[in-house]
Amino acid sequence: MIELEAITKIYTKGFLRQQKTTAVNNVSLSIKKGGSLGLVGESGSGKTTLGRIALRLIEPTSGTVRFDGVNLMALSRSALRQIRPRMQIVFQDPDTSLDPRMTVQECIAEPLEIWNLVEPQDREDRVLELLDLVGLQPDLIGRFPFEISGGQKQRVALARVLALTPDFIVADEPTAALDLSVQAQVLSLIKTIQKKTNLTLLFISHDLQIIGQMCDSVAVMHKGTIVEQGTPRGILRDPKDPYTQKLIDAAYESEAWLGKEKKV
Amino acid sequence: MGLIRISGLRVAFSTCSEEIRAVDAVDLDIRSGDSLSLIGESGCGKTVMGMAIMGLLPKNAMISGSIRYGDQEILSAPDRTMQQIRGKEIAMISQNSANALDPVMTIGDQIAEPLLIHRLLPTTEARSETLRLLSALGFDEPETAAGRYPHEFSGGMRERILIALALICNPRLIIADEPTAGLDAQVKSQILRLIKKQIASNRTLFLITHDMGTASFLSTRIAVMYAGELVEAGPTKEVLAMPRHPYTQGLLASLPSAGLHPIPGMSPAPAHLPKGCRFCARCPSATDRCSTLHPPLKETSNTRQVRCFLYD
Repeated sequence: MIELEAITKIYTKGFLRQQKTTAVNNVSLSIKKGGSLGLVGESGSGKTTLGRIALRLIEPTSGTVRFDGVNLMALSRSALRQIRPRMQIVFQDPDTSLDPRMTVQECIAEPLEIWNLVEPQDREDRVLELLDLVGLQPDLIGRFPFEISGGQKQRVALARVLALTPDFIVADEPTAALDLSVQAQVLSLIKTIQKKTNLTLLFISHDLQIIGQMCDSVAVMHKGTIVEQGTPRGILRDPKDPYTQKLIDAAYESEAWLGKEKKV
Repeated sequence: MGLIRISGLRVAFSTCSEEIRAVDAVDLDIRSGDSLSLIGESGCGKTVMGMAIMGLLPKNAMISGSIRYGDQEILSAPDRTMQQIRGKEIAMISQNSANALDPVMTIGDQIAEPLLIHRLLPTTEARSETLRLLSALGFDEPETAAGRYPHEFSGGMRERILIALALICNPRLIIADEPTAGLDAQVKSQILRLIKKQIASNRTLFLITHDMGTASFLSTRIAVMYAGELVEAGPTKEVLAMPRHPYTQGLLASLPSAGLHPIPGMSPAPAHLPKGCRFCARCPSATDRCSTLHPPLKETSNTRQVRCFLYD
């Protein structure tokens, strides 16, 4: 479904843009249709950059991205626009990704309007259907983002994404701003919807435990390269790379604090 | 011996049409040398508790009850009294290091400021004291670091600066409000170890967090807050191993390692609290009595308290 080939991204800054930072270094990844890949790494490892390159929201310095067989890098702006509804992103912080001046209704209806997906008179019904899909009460429809909780905001963001019935979603730390119990609600919602609609998912997180619950394969990223790839079970049980081991230790540390045994 | 004794604390805010009860009749003792965690979801009132102890509640807050620091009443004490206590006796590590620091002051100046104000130290001594603390907190070149501005540091280093700010006057009580929010796992564990080391030397910690791992690493006692009131309290190990209140049980089941089992529904809106148990609507073991009667916080053993009819 999605194939990344030899992606490199170098950011330049400073005097005559001579200072170079390699955010992503020669990374290749692919996700099958309906599959879910977890991308894990510490802050600054390049996982967000890579996630955005997968949607061509950021231009890579070199490499190609294929989406359902189409080379995204070869598409013109307008051709890329046409394919955008099929690939969507859920951002980290719903406070900055939702327009504060739009009601929940307007926010979810906007993509329907732009792509003319349903007749204007049926739009409200479709919005209600989407609210129901993400587990929100219909009476939230007239509220503004500041009037609802963080978990509800993230569900609205998800409903807006699902309005377009995409085939591929990048979820970039979608629960970083949420509490424990709300995190569990939002994550199990994403998982259920992913299974139900056969979505392809690229899930970015720094928490190996969460990826273990959410994804059927995992890629560990460190300083711009993929250091290890495999199934969550395999990697948790038998990490090959020392950096992966460090990540696992850090993840288990808080388990150990809770007095739990390591379990895989 | 109670260093801080909170009794019957209520904090409410009024908006144009409704009254929001953020903290509702909370009794809590923080004993000297203790480390106590206050656990709960966003909006349950835990940050307001910290603010109340610091005397930093906004002017429009309606406050009643009592907070005693030693034998001094500090709830709604005059500003002048609180200025003598804040920073010197009780200090806070606040959440969000990006906003808590002054962007136009070097971090050295910010850390040294309380020494000049509270302890009236001459600048040379304040300087050496600051540098000593910075190096104890893991800054390899304290002199260079002290001359830098907050934006020149990473999130983890800024969190260390906040810890330095809280520790500089050697306070008796440290209130830490989500000290590791927004840090990744490795940096988080470094910061928590640092806090643990610093509180070991005869300090008292009041930790506000929603992270169970952090609470269990740093604290000996735990208090769980839901919709403005305490629902469970006891020794950390016992509460985590055998949670009694259904809400605490639900929180533990939501952990990724426990399989991400969410608690259904949402916390009640603080302006429209239910008459009976506040957790009733989400509780798997709720009965008719729970929706009509409000359960009291009851002692179930010498060390543990729970607010639930299941333990009558």
